[in-house]
Amino acid sequence: MNSETATVKQVAFEKDDVGNFSFPESHKFDAGYGLTKDTVDYISKVKDEPAWVNEFRHKALKTFESKPMPTNWATRDLENIDFDAIRYYLSDGAKPKRSWDEVPPEVLETFDRLGVPEQERAFLAGVEAQYDSEAAYSNVKEALADEGVIFVTCSEGLKEHEEIFRPWFGKVIPTGDNKFSALNSAVMSGGSFIYIPPGVKVKHPLQAYFRINSENFGQFERTLIIADEGSEVMYMEGCTAPKFETATLHSAVVELVAMKGAKIQYITVQNWSSNVFNLVTKRGLAHEDAEIRWIDCNIGSRLTMKYPGVVMKGERARGEVISIALANDGQHQDTGAKMIHAANNTTSNVISKSISVGEGRSTYRGQVHIPKHLKGCKNNTECDALLINTNSRTDTYPAISVKGNQHVTQHEASVSQVSQEMLFYMQQRGISEAAAMSLAVNGFINDLVSEFPMEYSVELKRLIELEMEGSVG
Amino acid sequence: MMTTTTPAWFEESQQRALAEYDALAMPSRKDETWRFGNMKQLNFEGYTPEVSSDLSYNIPELPEGVICMPFEEAVEQHGELVQQYFMRREARLGSAKFTALHKANVKSGLFVYVPDNVKVEQPIEVSHVISGAKQIAFPHTLIVTGKNAEVSVLDRFASANQVDAGLCIAVNDLIAGDGSKLSYCAIQELNLQSRMIQVNATEVGRDAHASAFTLNTGAQWARNEAISLMTGEGAHSDMLACSIPSGTQQYDQRTYQHHAAPHTNSDLLYKNTLYGTSRTVFSGLILVDEGAHYTDAYQTCRNLMMEDTAESNSMPGLEINADQVKCSHGSTSASISDEEIFYLRARGIAPHQARRLIANGFSIEAVERIGNDRIEELVVEAIDRKFASI
Repeated sequence: MNSETATVKQVAFEKDDVGNFSFPESHKFDAGYGLTKDTVDYISKVKDEPAWVNEFRHKALKTFESKPMPTNWATRDLENIDFDAIRYYLSDGAKPKRSWDEVPPEVLETFDRLGVPEQERAFLAGVEAQYDSEAAYSNVKEALADEGVIFVTCSEGLKEHEEIFRPWFGKVIPTGDNKFSALNSAVMSGGSFIYIPPGVKVKHPLQAYFRINSENFGQFERTLIIADEGSEVMYMEGCTAPKFETATLHSAVVELVAMKGAKIQYITVQNWSSNVFNLVTKRGLAHEDAEIRWIDCNIGSRLTMKYPGVVMKGERARGEVISIALANDGQHQDTGAKMIHAANNTTSNVISKSISVGEGRSTYRGQVHIPKHLKGCKNNTECDALLINTNSRTDTYPAISVKGNQHVTQHEASVSQVSQEMLFYMQQRGISEAAAMSLAVNGFINDLVSEFPMEYSVELKRLIELEMEGSVG
Repeated sequence: MMTTTTPAWFEESQQRALAEYDALAMPSRKDETWRFGNMKQLNFEGYTPEVSSDLSYNIPELPEGVICMPFEEAVEQHGELVQQYFMRREARLGSAKFTALHKANVKSGLFVYVPDNVKVEQPIEVSHVISGAKQIAFPHTLIVTGKNAEVSVLDRFASANQVDAGLCIAVNDLIAGDGSKLSYCAIQELNLQSRMIQVNATEVGRDAHASAFTLNTGAQWARNEAISLMTGEGAHSDMLACSIPSGTQQYDQRTYQHHAAPHTNSDLLYKNTLYGTSRTVFSGLILVDEGAHYTDAYQTCRNLMMEDTAESNSMPGLEINADQVKCSHGSTSASISDEEIFYLRARGIAPHQARRLIANGFSIEAVERIGNDRIEELVVEAIDRKFASI
């Protein structure tokens, strides 16, 4: 475990698992398989962390061990996670390059179809350890630094900006929130720390790409974004191109803090390969007049369980979740939203659209909570599901709890399929059935896709076309 | 009053049920079927099964072949029929332990069997009066309709006085044969010391139409569980409820619309009007089985919050495993808007009266779907009694 370079041969765990492939890799730091106190100490040591962080990790490990798995409401697929067969920390220190020959041809084709730039392809396919963005984004970085924006890795944040970092760290999502947030707290690595000073409105969306030589998409990434009074920021993570992963468990924790009048938009496009368990806890804390929006798009992974939440703590705070999920064969997208109203005149909005293709299963799970003695809270929840094939599956499980008579909540959900008439209409005009289906599906989510930044929305549309291929006829 | 000799099969089933009751764990907060539930209400210490039950039957003139008699007599005289239909489906919405207790102790209620092609025009009415402190009543209603038969039944639950804390664990089995029409209505007006657990299991055959309505105005706590299983093509099920809790009353309702055959439809409408510090829980699920294509299923729960201290919890759920399905669910919680009150005030109606009128209209919407004048009249009377008491 302590050897400087350990070479591990990753074995494909299931032959028929789509997107799963193996290649030799070696890492400068490797905490080995399984999770013990030593693992936690090893990570702390490698990262040269202050004592309080190490303590925090150990406490979290205890919480993780004592917490049961979600049982009676969650899918049984969770039982297939073997916590002992997972490596909890791999440092990219001297990550060797994968050769292009080892990248499956489907991946290359997808890159072509999506029009992913050459440089990004190399990174996404794992051919290069890091996406070298220095040249492209150095101007942006400079501009940010001038305004006093802090944009560093989480490890740097907790060491170099402890006075800002520590008061909010673990406050929005306490370690014991759930088993997987505890796991993340014990073995976190990667992720970003962002601080926006009062009144600063960041023009460009910030992306994890900007940072160089850092752990970009960590297995257990931890992100904390603090937007001070009246500031605005948009953060984007993930990308539309498939990200090929050998690690099978991803458990991130993302905490957002919007101070008075601040606005945070957090955009995620998740397209992990279909062997990944993606169990993520995301929550934002919105103070007076602040606004937090989660824009979430889940296309990849084997099982995603993610319910972005907003705690509206100050008056007139606003929370919003916009969610798109696409579940193909062998996938289960269990997504939703959590809206906790904790002050008067707070408003929240949840719009979720899911598409189930083939044997895919999509689930919406939501919670809206309006406690006693509040006035003028509003919630609107809409979830629409589209079923493409006869064996597709969709579920909706919302929970709405309202106390008092000065609030308005409404929840609506519908399930439908692409009508034969619609397809017929398009086919009559010379559009093939498959193309018609893909058009109809794109139309279904069009109003949500337009919420994404331009380049993302274009790619998203292409990606959905790709996913829809072969689903009809 | 006749002495009954209980058949051996029934005694055996009661013993098995008692063993089952002992073996089953008490529901806990962690059970998904008891989410938001008030577990304190499940403390029945010192409660004993009632010694005698007080039921009165208002039975209209019945066509030939129709069997309609107290449940305990049917067990003896029509054992085969009862055995075939009596509690044959498991309670899957959380109260399995209590339905086992019901099965072990049941000795009163109603049995109705309507043979093929026979129509009963007037509703059959049963009134249950629960008396005695800390006593548990176990009334059972079993209704079976043959092919193309028609019947409607009304159960009314009330307390003998306003002081005795009673418990009523009622189960009703509704089996609607192919092409038949079965309508059931329960009016719950127990006193404010009492508690009620009512479990419904409806089976709807090919081209049959079943309708089950529950009105809750009484009891300190009531739990309703309703399952509708559509087994044949063209089956239609209406699941309706109207609840008007006030003071500290709590109603906990769980529903399940199970589509097991293609071309079936179900329509659920639950309306709650909440006063005082009352609390409601609604949890509904639509399950469309694999292969149950061309299903139309709707589920609506509406909460009208009359006071700032009331609390409503809604969990409208869907599980769809089939294609060509039209499903929707909706849940709303809101209070009466100032515009509505203003509209009525502008017409000379006092504000408190305007609020009553609107709340009344809100409740009536579910009642109108029952589709039987006599039953609707009785339900509206009960609603008026409740509003008059607030």
